[in-house]
Amino acid sequence: MEKTVNQRAWFLVIPVLILVAFSSIIPMMTVVNYSFQDTFGGNDFFWVGLEWYRELLHSERLWDAFGRQLLFSSIILLIEVPLGILVALSMPKKGITASICLVLMSLPLLIPYNVVGTIWQVFGRADIGLLGRALSDLGISYNYSQNAFDAWATVIAMDVWHWTSLVALLCYAGLRSIPNAYYQAAMIDQASRWSVFRFIELPKMRGVLMIAILLRFMDSFMIYTEPFVLTGGGPGNTTTFLSIDLVKMALGQFDLGPAAAFSLMYFLVILLISYVFYTVMITADKDEAQS
Amino acid sequence: MSPAKKNASAHKPKVRLSIVVMTVYLLFLLVPIYWLVIMSFKSNSEILGMFTLFPADFTLKNYQTILSDPSWYMGYVNSFIYVSLNTVISLSVALPAAYAFSRYRFFGDNHLFFWLLTNRMAPPAVFALPFFQLYSSVSLFDTHIAVALAHCLFNVPLAVWILEGFMRGVPREIDETAFIDGYGFTRFFTKIFVPMIAPGIGVTAFFCFMFSWVELLLSRTLTSVEAKPITAIMTRTVSASGLDWGVLAAAGVLTIIPGAIVIYFVRNHIAKGFALGRV
Repeated sequence: MEKTVNQRAWFLVIPVLILVAFSSIIPMMTVVNYSFQDTFGGNDFFWVGLEWYRELLHSERLWDAFGRQLLFSSIILLIEVPLGILVALSMPKKGITASICLVLMSLPLLIPYNVVGTIWQVFGRADIGLLGRALSDLGISYNYSQNAFDAWATVIAMDVWHWTSLVALLCYAGLRSIPNAYYQAAMIDQASRWSVFRFIELPKMRGVLMIAILLRFMDSFMIYTEPFVLTGGGPGNTTTFLSIDLVKMALGQFDLGPAAAFSLMYFLVILLISYVFYTVMITADKDEAQS
Repeated sequence: MSPAKKNASAHKPKVRLSIVVMTVYLLFLLVPIYWLVIMSFKSNSEILGMFTLFPADFTLKNYQTILSDPSWYMGYVNSFIYVSLNTVISLSVALPAAYAFSRYRFFGDNHLFFWLLTNRMAPPAVFALPFFQLYSSVSLFDTHIAVALAHCLFNVPLAVWILEGFMRGVPREIDETAFIDGYGFTRFFTKIFVPMIAPGIGVTAFFCFMFSWVELLLSRTLTSVEAKPITAIMTRTVSASGLDWGVLAAAGVLTIIPGAIVIYFVRNHIAKGFALGRV
């Protein structure tokens, strides 16, 4: 559909601009301001230039948190994307069972983040939780608040539990848009289940899969509440991801300068990656429009 | 007849496999929730003393505690107030903007559209401190409107994207016919266009509601007493008091219920909403 050029459309966008400017640009400017200054308390600020950035780039704490964050995001993507596709392929196509599955699957997506943390906190405890109790009855020593590996396993299981349905729902929506004729053609060709998936379903799911990966990457990259409630970033610092570290720095220790510099670098990383994803997404859109 | 039959029998094992996958997956999703719900009906001594798969001593006391104590139930009221405010604000500014993006080309439209997306992608942790200072300086700290405005950071872009997706599906001819018939823009928009995309608006409202409802970091940072949301009250209970597990579980269950009710109505559109209107 061809859009017409109309500069007056700007008037329709102005309310959004004002609102988002208020809630995004002004706070962002505060952050930029702090990142170049230091204070001895009160309102005495003085200019320190790039000092905070230099310090942070050499800070082991930041790089460790960044490494943990990357590892976490990669692991959950590697689990959630294939699992989501598998679930989407297994979902009933229509009828009451499809509705029930949709509703039940969406349930974890609508639970407040800290309640998700609470659910798993309770669920995993060895004394009162079903999971913790079952594992210890099986003779597996499991304690997510003491053992780093258990903490990681629990945080990852929690994220898989929380968000796999998102990937599955998007893939399911993509699958349903495939016309039946494609499957009939495949049947005539006696195509195997694998080639149906590889040559019909996967290409048709590409667009939604891109969105799913984009969303999952971004949201996992800024995950805060769930691990904060579950482990508080511990044991030690083993599950301290970037957002947890940042909040600790900004609101806990009130280190305005470093926290601000941290924020900006954090935001720039996300911006860069989301720009790459966005470009890929738009190109995919165009390809689809042409074919 | 016979090829179809043969085909059906060839497909049977696969159908069974998919049922197994679905059952295991749904069990994985539901067991932790089941545990929370069950715990909310147990007394504290049962939770800590015995290990039961089903409440031996079924009690509603935990819910009673929450529903009779203002410091608990006001949390739900506060959450509802700022979430509703946020939904109304987001929708009313996003509707015209989404229309502009879906119908017209104008200077900088693509860049603007991407810039909106970056706000959806901004980590709330980055904004926690500046928001705290901004809203304190305009003396809006600890008010519902402060949280509602702060959540606009990610809900307005989301609303614009989803609505744009729905509006693209409405043929342009409708706009043109209406304008030829002498409708002004405002009258056309409110009388014809908005009713036509009502399902889209419903889904968008649902998503604004939901993302504002589940968010904790910003709403906790921006409130202390007067507008404290239920989610923040819960975390305080976890860290401070001697852990009343039953009440905590009951509070958790009560936060799930609103979403669980609404989701039935939007089940067929939920994927489109999560995909920012791009399915």
